[in-house]
Amino acid sequence: MNGSPLLPLFGYFALLSLFAVGGANAAIPEMHRIAVEVMHWMNDRQFADSFAIAQASPGPNIIIVTLIGYHVAGLPGAAVATAAMCGPSCMVAFLVARTWDRFKEARWRIAIQAGLVPVSLGLIAASAFVLARTADHTIYAALITGITALVGFATRFNPLWIFAASGLLGLTGWL
Amino acid sequence: MSGPVAPVAPVAPSPSSTITRPTLSELFRAFAIVSISGFGGALPWARRKIVEQKCWMTAEEFNEAFALSQFLPGPNVVNFSVVFGSRFGGAPGAAVAFAGLMGPPLIIVTVLAMLYARFGDLEMLGRILVGITAAAIGLLIAVVAKMAAPLFRKGWDWGPPVAVAAFIGVAIMQWPLPLVFVTLAPISIALAWVKR
Repeated sequence: MNGSPLLPLFGYFALLSLFAVGGANAAIPEMHRIAVEVMHWMNDRQFADSFAIAQASPGPNIIIVTLIGYHVAGLPGAAVATAAMCGPSCMVAFLVARTWDRFKEARWRIAIQAGLVPVSLGLIAASAFVLARTADHTIYAALITGITALVGFATRFNPLWIFAASGLLGLTGWL
Repeated sequence: MSGPVAPVAPVAPSPSSTITRPTLSELFRAFAIVSISGFGGALPWARRKIVEQKCWMTAEEFNEAFALSQFLPGPNVVNFSVVFGSRFGGAPGAAVAFAGLMGPPLIIVTVLAMLYARFGDLEMLGRILVGITAAAIGLLIAVVAKMAAPLFRKGWDWGPPVAVAAFIGVAIMQWPLPLVFVTLAPISIALAWVKR
């Protein structure tokens, strides 16, 4: 390895950006492979901690790349990794969105759009199911999930309050 | 303006009349709030803000825009901010929505990274996180139910079976997501083409 780590940081995440179909969670295994196994930027524990911090912080979970970048090369690393992960996919999203809206009335566009919705919905439901199965280790945690689901669906109560209460419950160590 | 169940009711005749357009600064603020609230995923908060509070999109439009974002490469919610922002404000709109979504968490996470580099102990954070994660999953389930409502309301045509098949494929059979997508999307699109 010679030179600055910023270049591989940019290269890997820019590439991953274009192949990460399925969002941040789908890209986690590949990030782990690159950061821990291929480039040896961090060890397993540090990667797991980065994941936990990204989950704990508000905002898109993709923010884990900012943490990896920071770990590798400080603030410049954080900036480069984030820009690389978001830049290419945002350009694609922008171009597709423009084209998409231009063909608003086209039959093929309406069919694709209508066809994607149920698949998308099934996949989001599946990720909720998988997350619940891996994250809710106790009956209390499952109970919190169930109550939040009911309250979130049936009322306009701000879920942040539930989050705060659940965080406190977690701190007590019951969950 | 209405309870969470109300958008589910058939409001179809004049959906566009209740839809308002955001300005650039509203766009930035909305996505900044969505992102700061969005522990454990921003999707439920984006829907709450855009469909339920601001009425910038109908439930159906939100589903469509999010489905599109989901099948583009890259993080879904980030894509959604670009798709949504460009629809309402072109390139500046996309940039502003993206900046609103990514700016605040970037600052927060950088501070956390500095703290971690100094202290490196996450035990307490981990325990709090277990609680928040449990609630966040519940919120995700609620939003799935809300997003499913417009689809299932149309009656039992091709949509619900495809959604159920996608769920079973990934959640129960644990097939790889790209495989499920590559198989189901063309079928679903073909059915949408034939059925309309």
